[in-house]
Amino acid sequence: MNSYSPSEEDFKFVTVLDKGDQLTRPSLSYWQDAWLRLKKNTRAIISLYIIIGLALFTLVGPYLWRTDPALQDLNQISQTPSFPKKAVVVGPYKRWAGIVLNDFPAEPEEYLDFIPAPKNLKVVDAATTQQVRLSWDPVVGAGGYNIYRNQREPESINDLGLPLGSTLGGNEVSYEDRLNLESRQYYYSLVSTDGLDESDAYISIEVTPQLTIELATAKSRGLVDESSNEINVEISLEFHPMGTDYLGRDMLARLMQGARVSLFIGIFAPFLYVLFGIFYGGSAGYFGGKLDAFLMRFADFVVALPFLLFIILFKIGFGIGPGESGVLPMLIALVLLGWPATARLVRGQVLQIREEGYIEAAKLLGAKNHYLITRHIIPNAMGVILVTLTFAVPADIFTEALLSFIGMGVAPPTPSWGSMCNEGVKTMLSHPHELIFPALFISITVLAFNLLGDGLTEALDSRMRSRE
Amino acid sequence: MLKYTLKRLLAGIITVWFIATATFIAMHQVPGDPLMNDKAVPPEIRKNLEKKYGLDKSVPEQYVIFLGNMLKGDFGISFTQQNRKVNDIIRDHFPVSATLGIMAIFIAAVGGVLWGALTALYRNRLPDIIIMFLVILGISVPSFVFAALGQLLLVNINSFFGYSILPVAGWGTFSHMIMPSLVLGLGTMALLTRLMRSSMLEIVNEDYIKTAKAKGLSPTRIFFRHQLRNAILPVITILGPQIAAITTGGFVVELVFAIPGLGRYFVQAVQQLDYTVIMGTTVFYGAFLVFMVIVVDILYGFIDPRVRLK
Repeated sequence: MNSYSPSEEDFKFVTVLDKGDQLTRPSLSYWQDAWLRLKKNTRAIISLYIIIGLALFTLVGPYLWRTDPALQDLNQISQTPSFPKKAVVVGPYKRWAGIVLNDFPAEPEEYLDFIPAPKNLKVVDAATTQQVRLSWDPVVGAGGYNIYRNQREPESINDLGLPLGSTLGGNEVSYEDRLNLESRQYYYSLVSTDGLDESDAYISIEVTPQLTIELATAKSRGLVDESSNEINVEISLEFHPMGTDYLGRDMLARLMQGARVSLFIGIFAPFLYVLFGIFYGGSAGYFGGKLDAFLMRFADFVVALPFLLFIILFKIGFGIGPGESGVLPMLIALVLLGWPATARLVRGQVLQIREEGYIEAAKLLGAKNHYLITRHIIPNAMGVILVTLTFAVPADIFTEALLSFIGMGVAPPTPSWGSMCNEGVKTMLSHPHELIFPALFISITVLAFNLLGDGLTEALDSRMRSRE
Repeated sequence: MLKYTLKRLLAGIITVWFIATATFIAMHQVPGDPLMNDKAVPPEIRKNLEKKYGLDKSVPEQYVIFLGNMLKGDFGISFTQQNRKVNDIIRDHFPVSATLGIMAIFIAAVGGVLWGALTALYRNRLPDIIIMFLVILGISVPSFVFAALGQLLLVNINSFFGYSILPVAGWGTFSHMIMPSLVLGLGTMALLTRLMRSSMLEIVNEDYIKTAKAKGLSPTRIFFRHQLRNAILPVITILGPQIAAITTGGFVVELVFAIPGLGRYFVQAVQQLDYTVIMGTTVFYGAFLVFMVIVVDILYGFIDPRVRLK
């Protein structure tokens, strides 16, 4: 018999020369696999990006957009969304004497059948939103002139627009308009009169006044320093990219703060009651027997409560003190009524998983209860739980919005998307942006969570997994 | 069958008792009381008022009296609307809410089945894509936005034609009901369409459809007789909970369209802390919903012979 003595050589690694026979894919964990399949679902990934965007909007937004959401500015009620505006600072209004020609008769010397329209209608000084000053050449036979203002080009003498005023002599050849001027296109029209009746001819001129702001106003709105006396400088006005609401508060800032309320309730409430549901349903399913029957019967009762009625009841039951926002009572009410659905679902899952072979095997190896629950049951039920959570978020955002809409949600002045809709509905006809923006945010958020939920359901579905 | 019905009814009655108790407890947690709404009254008058409404008794006593009266079907007198019985309020205003709810459910069910069948028929083609896009919209847009938009639409239509085609708000005639019930039913319709579509598509692969094809049945007959009929079943299951959702969802629509339904009275009563009205409406609504779910479940047994009710 040869005696064998092992040498150093025997303990060296063997080099694998041929890799061609390896048939196995890299092993993937459940979550890696689900993520891979979720990534293929374009809609779900877009939704995920939208949700991340909304989170940034809510958390980072207020640091970038520093306008105070509670600041009311009654000068700027219900402004429509606009680009940033600049205005020129001007001094206080100075009286203008106007132009009266002394060498021209005020009364017409003889009454003509037809008085022609004045010529050479022009703007004197600069046209600003403070004032627009017009002058023109006198017309022989005129006893006065009527001045009109229209927001579009007049088509005929019947389309001259708003009658601004008239001058009462043929030699009064100027007019000053100070009536609610905005920085937009105007068409001024001029018609001669014989003192009483209008002529059939008119002349029009297009004027676009420059946006100006008086120094005193600018100071009171905090746009320039209190000590500043500079005029004729250009300053930027308050910028409201999404307009303002019925109290002149900035919509963008309010939407950001409203997002905090809506998303906080919408995400935190499901998180809490799903956690409770896991605990409740998990123990019912795991221990079974009488405890299970009792716990589930109680859950059935809670499910039967008319949801909206009880949300309202519970919410007022916890009460809102003066100065409180009412977010916490709503959170508690949602949690109190929301848990049974998750509890039922988790119980069903646990009952199913309890019968699986790997649980049996773990038990045979001497695994304890808490090891089984934390190591096997919860991770395996996690997929279904995650899907429930994703669908619970839009449902609760809806509920919060609905309650705030009927005035039973968060207390003003705290904004939430729902209460902003409630305020917006009142001015829906004249200022639709006050309703559209919060409604849009609710819809997009709900849509994104729903689509993500759909994607997750597909990605985590074990039936789909085995099919591939 | 009878045993099942009785068992469900018993469970339903216990549920209603649970609802009543929960309402009572929640109600007595609320700070303040309904008499605080009035101007400050002298203590003697307040005492009399408390006696009239039974507020002078201890809370357990009040609970027993409340349950006793509830068994007799009497919810007491409203605090804020003097001498008006809660039963009268329910009798006057519940039919309004119920009519609205029934119409909405009808619209939602018919629309959902129809659109769902259509999308399954035209799977991944233009009608399917358009309808599913609308469905996603219907699920994502809150009902109050639909209500506001519906009203806006009516305003525009009416002003376009120069006379009132459909009234913008109010209640009374059939034309008042069309827009609110449509708005109320939209969300549920979208949900049912989605459900109907997926159940239709699942059934296409069933063996009995293949058998029917092999037998040489016409596609129309297969579609109506085998596919559609079986696909409707899951839709009916979800109808029970959806009735609950629609009746309570009616609040908002009632508010926006100024409809004198029970939901509006409930919101008002909560704001004024009208104990008796709150408890009456909640218990009534709860009982209504519980029994609607039972009725749907029992009906399900009739429609689907495979389901044995035990």
